[in-house]
Amino acid sequence: MTTPILEARGISKVYGHVEALSGTNFDLYPGEVTALIGDNGAGKSTLVRILSGAEQATAGEILFEGKPVHLHSPTDASRLGMETVFQDLALAPHLSPVQNMYLGREVMARGLLGHLGFMDKKRMREGSRSAFDRLGATVRNLGGPVGAMSGGQRQGIAVARAAAWAEKVVFLDEPTAALGVVQTKNVIELIRRVSAEGIGVVFISHSMPHVMEVADRIQVMWRGRRVVTYRKEDTSMEQLVAAMTGALERVAS
Amino acid sequence: MSTASATDTADVAQVVEEPEGGRLRGLARLQVLQIVLLLFVTVAVFSILRPDTFLTLFNFRGILQNTSILAVLGVGMTFVIITGGIDLSIGSVLVFSGVVADKVMAAQGGQGWGTVLLGAGVAVLSGLAWGLLNGFLVAKGKVAPLIVTLGSLSAALGFAQIITGGLDLRDAPRKLVDKIGFGNVAGQVPTLAVIAALVVVGGMILLHRTRFGLYTYAVGSNAEAGRRVGVNVDRHLIKVYALAGLLAGFGGILNLAFFQSTTIGGQSNTALNVIAGVAIGGTSLFGGVGTVFGTVMGLFIPIVLQNGFIQINVQPFWQQVVVGAVLVAVVYIDQARRTAAVRGGSRPRLPFLSRSGSRTRKETE
Repeated sequence: MTTPILEARGISKVYGHVEALSGTNFDLYPGEVTALIGDNGAGKSTLVRILSGAEQATAGEILFEGKPVHLHSPTDASRLGMETVFQDLALAPHLSPVQNMYLGREVMARGLLGHLGFMDKKRMREGSRSAFDRLGATVRNLGGPVGAMSGGQRQGIAVARAAAWAEKVVFLDEPTAALGVVQTKNVIELIRRVSAEGIGVVFISHSMPHVMEVADRIQVMWRGRRVVTYRKEDTSMEQLVAAMTGALERVAS
Repeated sequence: MSTASATDTADVAQVVEEPEGGRLRGLARLQVLQIVLLLFVTVAVFSILRPDTFLTLFNFRGILQNTSILAVLGVGMTFVIITGGIDLSIGSVLVFSGVVADKVMAAQGGQGWGTVLLGAGVAVLSGLAWGLLNGFLVAKGKVAPLIVTLGSLSAALGFAQIITGGLDLRDAPRKLVDKIGFGNVAGQVPTLAVIAALVVVGGMILLHRTRFGLYTYAVGSNAEAGRRVGVNVDRHLIKVYALAGLLAGFGGILNLAFFQSTTIGGQSNTALNVIAGVAIGGTSLFGGVGTVFGTVMGLFIPIVLQNGFIQINVQPFWQQVVVGAVLVAVVYIDQARRTAAVRGGSRPRLPFLSRSGSRTRKETE
């Protein structure tokens, strides 16, 4: 088997007296969609925040393409080619899809104008359009503020932005929560396209049907640790729900 | 992938081109248009009532002159308010910078351009220093902008009075007064207005065409989103407050040119008047939205009203009442429309009352 593109070993995270993660493992291979599931408080979001550099682990090791890395900020993760779509989207509502797409990565005008801080708006516009087209994100108005758009459109923009910049890994924290049926279908379609480009996708969700639809592998967390990993074809929703509620742990102990 | 078949993408890809600008931006533009209209109607009414005195080149020149310094301050204030901040200190910083420039020019002696340039440089640097201090305390000290600039409002004026012993200085070189304060370009256009117009155009370009402007909107819209994509939010905030301070310092030398005095006691309402103009001009005190052009239009309204009321023999104090009412009405209408336009838009807290960049929705497990 190939090396995981991203691997976590024995990650712990303690907030005061609360242990959010207790020595959990995790792995992700190139071009696969892995779902990370678990009950509320199982530690999924905390793990993703640590893997994406938004928080630092109390203990444990992160390996990127087999080599240990230290992620001090989301920018560190970006540099390695990992992008995250957080639950709260992290788009700037008053900015347009194009401005959001390129925020922090502006294409500057050529020559002197660029040094003076002028941007090449045309190229950013074209780049955004082709990224949205390629990934099938529904964006009706490239120039309007994203705050005035529907939840589905905003989610599409957030996912497309992550996918456009990620070369290796995309984290999606509950990307289909609060979306309608058609919009959810679009996001799932988008996830497929992203992984088809060889990018590893980590997909947190509470929705078992969505997980079964899109994931290649499913890693189940319970009380701060990964308790089991299934291949999609070897499991069922009943089995997943049982693992999420700690049935495996009770048998083992 | 780039040549994905059209049928494959047709059901999901719907990038339909619409003209630049959506509902929110459309609203901002609408409000600016409203203000332009209001200004136009005001001018028209006074012109009809007093065609002989109001509708004269002389009068319009006066209106332009009176708006010029406020417009220079308004450019900086617009940037600050778009970031979700506020700067109450600009009037005091203007006085402080004028005082320091006056002292330096008096010590240098001479009435020529050399002294003027030296004074202008000193004024700009003094303003910049205050702006940097404000920005540093807001961005790094995480003290609410309202408190930081309330502090520097008091401190800058205090220093100005310590330096002067509380008495206005009047050492503006003759060239400064004759050529800048009361000079004209191309025969009839006040030099002050030309300088202000240059600053305004520069501000527009900076806000709407450059990365600096984009970051200004981004910080005001969602600072955390900016941080996550690698925008140095703290550094940008410092730069924005520095810009406001620098322009207040520049206003200090223009003020000296026009009034030939450091006007120590005369600037206590300046910041509030500028903030009113910015708000009337469609810049949202919640951050993320605003234009320099709107600010300039918003600043003209009080000046035109005051000028007009005097000429139709209404007590000029009425201007303050009308401006107050216009301010509240305009912001009320704007807010009501905005709430309707933004989906799920709950009423946000005024950001300048809280620590910078602390407005992030909590991430939950």
